[in-house]
Amino acid sequence: MDSETLLARITDYANRPNPYPLYAELREAGPVVRQADGSYLIGTYHEIAALLHDPRISADPRIRTAPSPYPSGETVKPPFLRLDDPEHHRLRTLAMRPFGPPHSPGRVDAMRGEITRITGELIEELRDRKQIDIVDDFAYPLPITVICRLLGVPREDESLFQAWTDSIVATADIGPEEDTTERDQTGRQARQEMGLYLVNLAEQRRDRPTDDMLSAFVNEPDPALRLSQEELAETTVLLFIAGHETTVNLITNGVLTLLRQPEQLDHLRREPGLLPRAVEELLRYEPPVHMRERIPHADIDIAGTTISQGTSVVLALASGNRDPRRFHDPDRFDPTRPDNQHFGFGSGIHLCYGAPLARLEAEAALGALIPHLSTASLAQDPPPYRQNAMLRGPRHLPVHL
Amino acid sequence: MPGDLRDGRIVIVGASLAGLRAAETLREEGFIGSLTVVGDESCPPYDRPPLSKQVLLGKVPADTTGLPMRRDPDADWRLGVRATGLDPLGKRVMLADGESLPFDRLLIATGTRARPWPNPEEASLDGVFTLRTRDEAGGLAERLAAGPKRVLVIGAGFTGSEIASACRERGIEVTVAERGPAPLVGALGGTLSKLAAVMHRNHGVDLRCGVTVTTLRGDGNGRFTGADLSDGSRVDADVCVVALGAVRNVEWLAESGLAAGPRGVACDAGCRAFDMYGIVTDDVFVAGDVSRFPHPLFGYQMLSLEHWGNAVAQAEVAAHNMVSPGPLRRPHLAVPTFWSTQFGLNIKSVGVPTYSDHVVIAQGSLEARRLAVVYGFQGRVTAAVTVDMAKSLDYYKHLIETAAPFPPPPGSADRAIAADITIPSDVPDPSGLSHGPTVALTGHLPDRRLTVVQPPR
Repeated sequence: MDSETLLARITDYANRPNPYPLYAELREAGPVVRQADGSYLIGTYHEIAALLHDPRISADPRIRTAPSPYPSGETVKPPFLRLDDPEHHRLRTLAMRPFGPPHSPGRVDAMRGEITRITGELIEELRDRKQIDIVDDFAYPLPITVICRLLGVPREDESLFQAWTDSIVATADIGPEEDTTERDQTGRQARQEMGLYLVNLAEQRRDRPTDDMLSAFVNEPDPALRLSQEELAETTVLLFIAGHETTVNLITNGVLTLLRQPEQLDHLRREPGLLPRAVEELLRYEPPVHMRERIPHADIDIAGTTISQGTSVVLALASGNRDPRRFHDPDRFDPTRPDNQHFGFGSGIHLCYGAPLARLEAEAALGALIPHLSTASLAQDPPPYRQNAMLRGPRHLPVHL
Repeated sequence: MPGDLRDGRIVIVGASLAGLRAAETLREEGFIGSLTVVGDESCPPYDRPPLSKQVLLGKVPADTTGLPMRRDPDADWRLGVRATGLDPLGKRVMLADGESLPFDRLLIATGTRARPWPNPEEASLDGVFTLRTRDEAGGLAERLAAGPKRVLVIGAGFTGSEIASACRERGIEVTVAERGPAPLVGALGGTLSKLAAVMHRNHGVDLRCGVTVTTLRGDGNGRFTGADLSDGSRVDADVCVVALGAVRNVEWLAESGLAAGPRGVACDAGCRAFDMYGIVTDDVFVAGDVSRFPHPLFGYQMLSLEHWGNAVAQAEVAAHNMVSPGPLRRPHLAVPTFWSTQFGLNIKSVGVPTYSDHVVIAQGSLEARRLAVVYGFQGRVTAAVTVDMAKSLDYYKHLIETAAPFPPPPGSADRAIAADITIPSDVPDPSGLSHGPTVALTGHLPDRRLTVVQPPR
């Protein structure tokens, strides 16, 4: 049956530039579509929403007992992104203390000035250039500088953390029937090395806090609210990587979408007040995270299909975002769209931790770029994509100015 | 007049959340006729939930909680004037200033007011407050900011508990007097009321349950100085907040022939008002706190809900039905939801917790102050309340909507150890409580063969 190969086709690199017709096929075959390896794929909005809020659904890869398109052999304790409550809640709450409300309500907002300054500098460097790469010249430098500043990581160490990031992100990909042993080994090692590096940075700030999150973690006075060394390593690796990887794709996808639709670019130039809503629409229309895996703790029934305990279920969030049963005219990019409750940041207990920061950065980046794009055009369409199907985005986006 | 009213005259009585949302929806539905909104408060529609939270904490002034408008409803706002009567035959609403407004369709959204202290002389003492309106909240916030020595809160329902929480957060001593066995017991039943009592006491509230306040005392200058309690004790305080629940604003309908009484104005699932014979009217609609309506998930009992979300959902349905012909009308079937924040906890509810015979702690634990309690009636799920665990609420809502078996199936990672052991929900008869119910099953509690009929005043 064709639908049994849907995940294989979605993750096929040839379909990276445009997976959306496959998502339509998935919704048509759904809501619950069994894959040849026994795992399940779900791409309809309401079923995804229900599963993301269902306490019987686990994010923890260690409870898997059946075949999965994800890398196996995961035995170490994952970061809170892939843990269940109550452990997830404990770690996420501790990680949130120096980042957001209720303990640090001003942290993200206080970054506003710095983000504006960085975007200003990046724009300045684009002056007098005929062709630029949106990824390397803008979409990457902004979030990496911001997350380095927030966590307290020296930007000079870029050669170190960029290599680690690439190895770790590669293991977070998805794809059936592929030998991932070597890739996983490299990823595990990178995670260890990067964790050690970040813990060491934090240790240097013990009793000598600088105004950043590593300092806050390591100088927490209440022993009950302190992360263990291992937790600190896992958590800060997660925050560092998730804190910039997806934002690169969000900004790049934004420029790509606007250059493909000059009338919308023009609309935003005339009405900059629409920008926050345009970012939300972008998160629906071209989200940086396309899929997430979940595993039921018990046999569960979804729309008439019983999924056994321990079976891998892949939720195609980007497909849910284009579900015509939820969104009117879903394949249209419409910054004025009302009632836009997308899955761009997921939903449920794992809702993106860094969403307020990502919104701020995307607004600042697009707001600064839009006035310079009036005569711009894509040098290559579609642009070259990165390998990753789950964290999908262009590797480069060459643009003629 | 055709069923799908495009022009003509619509009058909305009540200029708060339900009235505003109905006005906006009418325009969204394409109504182009004249629209008049009557409100007895002189200010434009404002939001009430912050009044017992952020306003009392001094974080925002009372006059800054104005409701954002989704669109300009292009209405004639008649603010600061009270509706005094309804002539259903002549189709007119009478106003306190002597004017009368003719209508083709009427929406009644007059809501509730705070139940006053029964002794008017004591109630008028300086320092005695109720909390429902912006002015009341502003006055109370001012007193709290002045640093009173002790505040007495009468009634430990949601409003009373939130007031006590705000006082403690400001470092003010507070005594809470409640006639029932525990705070919130009327809305949430026995299990969660025990947590509520612990939260009060852990935050330094002087909580007195099983007592009533018999007298409010003043000094020679008419200033409140303290109260006598039924157990013979006395509380010295300089501020008193009477939080005894709400009274429905139905007096103006006394001569109208509508089914309007202390429990609200009865209407059908499409928000059309009943007359006193139980005959449905064609052009008078009801929405928000003042309504009582049948709900299929809860045995078709007439519910009256004092919930923000219900006011919005019901107003939208009422507005749609006011301008739509019969077959295109929609039922108001939303599952009730509400929230409260107090003592650092976020409490959210879905369904009707009082419509229950048993409960289970499905996730988390009372000790962790983080849990989901599921309520069941005769073997099906009828409600759930989460404490600091709101993300699970949609799941339980689905169980309620599909009449899923109770107790709910196992599977969650944070499942409580005793998630399959049901215990009685222990919902007391509301007549034994200080705090009026925010959800009234206006027929009877389902596990009792008893109907309380309140005589007219």
